[in-house]
Amino acid sequence: MTRAFADLHLRVNPKDQQATQRLINRAAKFGYRLISIPFTSALREEEIAKLKATCSEAGLDFVSRADFHPRTENELTHFLRKFRRRFEIICITCDNKEVARQAAKDRRVDLLSFPSLDYRKRFFDRAEAELASNCLAALEVDVKPLLILEGPTRVRLLSSLRREVAVAREFGVPLIVSSGVGEERFMRLPRDMASLAYLFGLDEASALDSVSTNPAAIVKRNREKLSSRFVAPGISVIKEGKTP
Amino acid sequence: MKRIKRRYLALQLECEGLPTERELMDAIWAAVTKLYGEVGASLTGLTLIDFDLERKVAVVRVSLAALCMVKASLATVTSIGGREAAVHVLAVSGTLKALYANTR
Repeated sequence: MTRAFADLHLRVNPKDQQATQRLINRAAKFGYRLISIPFTSALREEEIAKLKATCSEAGLDFVSRADFHPRTENELTHFLRKFRRRFEIICITCDNKEVARQAAKDRRVDLLSFPSLDYRKRFFDRAEAELASNCLAALEVDVKPLLILEGPTRVRLLSSLRREVAVAREFGVPLIVSSGVGEERFMRLPRDMASLAYLFGLDEASALDSVSTNPAAIVKRNREKLSSRFVAPGISVIKEGKTP
Repeated sequence: MKRIKRRYLALQLECEGLPTERELMDAIWAAVTKLYGEVGASLTGLTLIDFDLERKVAVVRVSLAALCMVKASLATVTSIGGREAAVHVLAVSGTLKALYANTR
């Protein structure tokens, strides 16, 4: 069976229609099936609908995603309460340990992301992984910094990523490899993205899963949850009867 | 002595203008050396076999043991000869015959 590849992090401004169109066309050409462009809290339903239509014209499945950068736990819970049911994917960029821990133990968070440039702010340790594994949160790794950084900064990033990937695998936390790019020239074929994952210690099968099966599983699970037929995990309404 | 197993990679170049063979190989060697150092690069056995300027498709040979290293390095190439560029791996094969059959 062929893999359905996903890039859940194309960082383009949805208001820049030309750039968005170019990136969508490129993603379709490269063989991706699922793509996502993050929105901030300023949600515009019509923008999402428009992007979905553009993607479906290009033969892609658009996944709505919101990225948030909370400074406190309260900000995080407020954001989740407000936006969880409006987006298919919620990604939290953790800037401090309190937020990281809260995000990892909140079942409404899908992806955990950490700043690439400051290795002291990468809080994905064993405690974080244990919390994340209980709540089905995944660790997201962007490959763009690996393409643009050089020298000691890249060395430090690779070293952090290698440690985090080992911890994630130990605790069964799914790994998502995304591009994180906003320019066409940094876009890579799905298998090339998987090759980059080799740099931080993923074997070929796990690397391919991180750009196909893992993101697809999160999207499928959340779409089920967001559907009107969902009751509880494993239970959904099949048919509604008429009241006599 | 054990025979060295090799793999052939078809590469699609994406760049403005036409890079020369030398510029392409310099960019690939630079990427491998940056990531794995000179000792690592020496293990790859990287050789240019063919370069189709019209289609911007190159064929390189690498040692099987260093295949993952080379593929990762190729993905990090962002410029060739001072111009913005990207290198995509189109196919990997054990023989040139199969590689050309796959990429045509």
